Formats: sequence, structure tokens, C-alpha cells
Amino acid sequence: MAKLKIEDLKKIKEMVHAETALRDGFKRVKVTVHMGTCGIASGAKEVMDSLMSEIEEAAVSDVMVTTSGCMGLCSREPLVTVEIIDQEPIKYEYVNPNKMRQIFKRHILEGEIQTPFVLARGAEVVK
Amino acid sequence: MLELALHILDIAENSVRAGAKTVFIDITEDRMRDRLEIEIRDDGAGMDEATLKKAMDPFYTSKKVRRVGLGLPMLAEAAERAGGSFTIESRKGMGTRVAVGFQLSHIDRQPLGDLSGAFMVLLAGNADVDFVCRHQCGGRVFTLDTREIRKEIGDIPLNHMEVLKFIRQYMMEGLNEIGTEARISHHFEGGYDT
Repeated sequence: MAKLKIEDLKKIKEMVHAETALRDGFKRVKVTVHMGTCGIASGAKEVMDSLMSEIEEAAVSDVMVTTSGCMGLCSREPLVTVEIIDQEPIKYEYVNPNKMRQIFKRHILEGEIQTPFVLARGAEVVK
Repeated sequence: MLELALHILDIAENSVRAGAKTVFIDITEDRMRDRLEIEIRDDGAGMDEATLKKAMDPFYTSKKVRRVGLGLPMLAEAAERAGGSFTIESRKGMGTRVAVGFQLSHIDRQPLGDLSGAFMVLLAGNADVDFVCRHQCGGRVFTLDTREIRKEIGDIPLNHMEVLKFIRQYMMEGLNEIGTEARISHHFEGGYDT
């Protein structure tokens, strides 16, 4: 395969545009991986990596991934918040790549909250 | 933290939190001089002299949710452990520059690790910030400038999954080419047929 060039992004742009026209760019789920010093040190990057590859494998385009800082519960990191539209956010604690894959398949795709890993419901008050 | 890539991710997150518009990340692997140098500079809020003095104290943080701030002290310690140096400079309203050096061959030096992965995490969470990454290794240079990427993709956000995938592949190819020690993941090797 030929070496990638920045210009190759044009193709991606066209592809994304075509897809967005079809589906309105609608995001059904927002997943936040907490990336403070504490999160990073306890493996949040590996969690994020596994989430990204799950999304790629499942070829879904309605899941949005983002990061946030520390929320003060460093001892329970890595933390992941799953927000499905019109539902209360769910916070998962002590997440690792395996748990992340399970959360993705069962909760994000099928809507079944993975109770054993849940820390809390609802959003935190930021900073 | 076990990899320098994670330290870089952490320090760059500080820059973003300081309201930086552009973050520059320079990495130099110099085998002739046996040095590894990393510099992260931003155009964020910066710190006044008093705050800068406290920044290296593990029990100082600008956050309210906890009482410790370990990012900078841990990086400084990682450098100290590996025959290195650590500098931090900052001017209120101008931005901050963190520079660390290591003895490249030191047995206690942490590996660079998954740089492209760390960079992707950084982009995924901070799509409105620009990152300029310059990696030098044995006289060869790889540069990635998200401002150039933005020009190509127009109205598509930088953290769109397809764009991120592209950036990761692009970065791994580039880093592989300059002969870096940074990890090139299996994900890349598996997804490619030459």
C-alpha cells in the first residue's frame, strides 16, 4: 500500500460528507474517558484504545468519544462515563480494556447497564 | 506512569486546561550524544512567578477536586532517575514551556511507548486545540501539524473517528520511517498489507 499523505484526507472528507448526508451526523451515545494524571497513570489510555478499536470493529458512527480531567475520585480510576441520549449518565469505575469491551457491547450497543462495574448514576459537578 | 508517551499526554492536557490554542511537542532522539529530549510548549494562560515556584510541589494543584498535583513532579522524577534534566518556564499570559532531557541509554529511562496512541487520545478529547508534533531521530524528522489537517478536512471535526484513524496510521508510518524507538502497534501491522 502506498504511503499516506495529508492530501489523502480529501477522500475521507468526501466519505464522511456522504455518510453525514445520509444519517444527519446524529450521535446517540457520548462516552467520556477521564484522562487526568490519575486516570492516565492507572490505564485510561489503554481503555480508550480498546474503546476506539471496538467502535471501529462494530463500524458504528453514532458513538462519540471524548476525554475529561480528574473529578477527584482518583482511587477509583480509570473512570468512564456513558451517556445515552435521554438517559441518565452512568459512571463506571476501575475500568480496564476487558470491562470496556463488555460495556461497549452490552451497554452502549444493547442498552443494558453493566451494574457490577457502576460507580454512580448522574453527572458530577465539575471543578 | 510507565511510558514517556503517557507523561507527554498528561503534560499536554495541562496545556489544554490552561486554555492553549496551539501546543507544540518536540521530541529528539539523539544517539550520537546519547540524549533524549522532550519539549512541550503552549500559548496558554501561563503562570506568575509565585505559582511557577509551587508548580513542582506534589501537594500543590490548581484544581479544587483533590489536594495533590503529581503530573509535573512525576515527570521531573522520571528525568532525574535517568541522568536527565528538567526545566519549566512560564510567563503569565504568554504560555508555558516544559523541557525534559534523559540519558538515552540509561537503564532507568522509561521507553517512549505508544506515541501515536497518546496523540490520538489527545486529539479525541480536544478537537478545538491545535497540536504540532515534531519528532527528530538520527537527523530525520517527522512532523504532524493539525492545522494542516484542518485545512484538508474543512468542516469535519478533528475527532471524527475516520480522521483519527487516518492520523494514527499516518503518524505510525512517519515514526516508523525515521527509525524511532516508539512503539508501532500490532493494530497497524495487522491492518496493513504491503
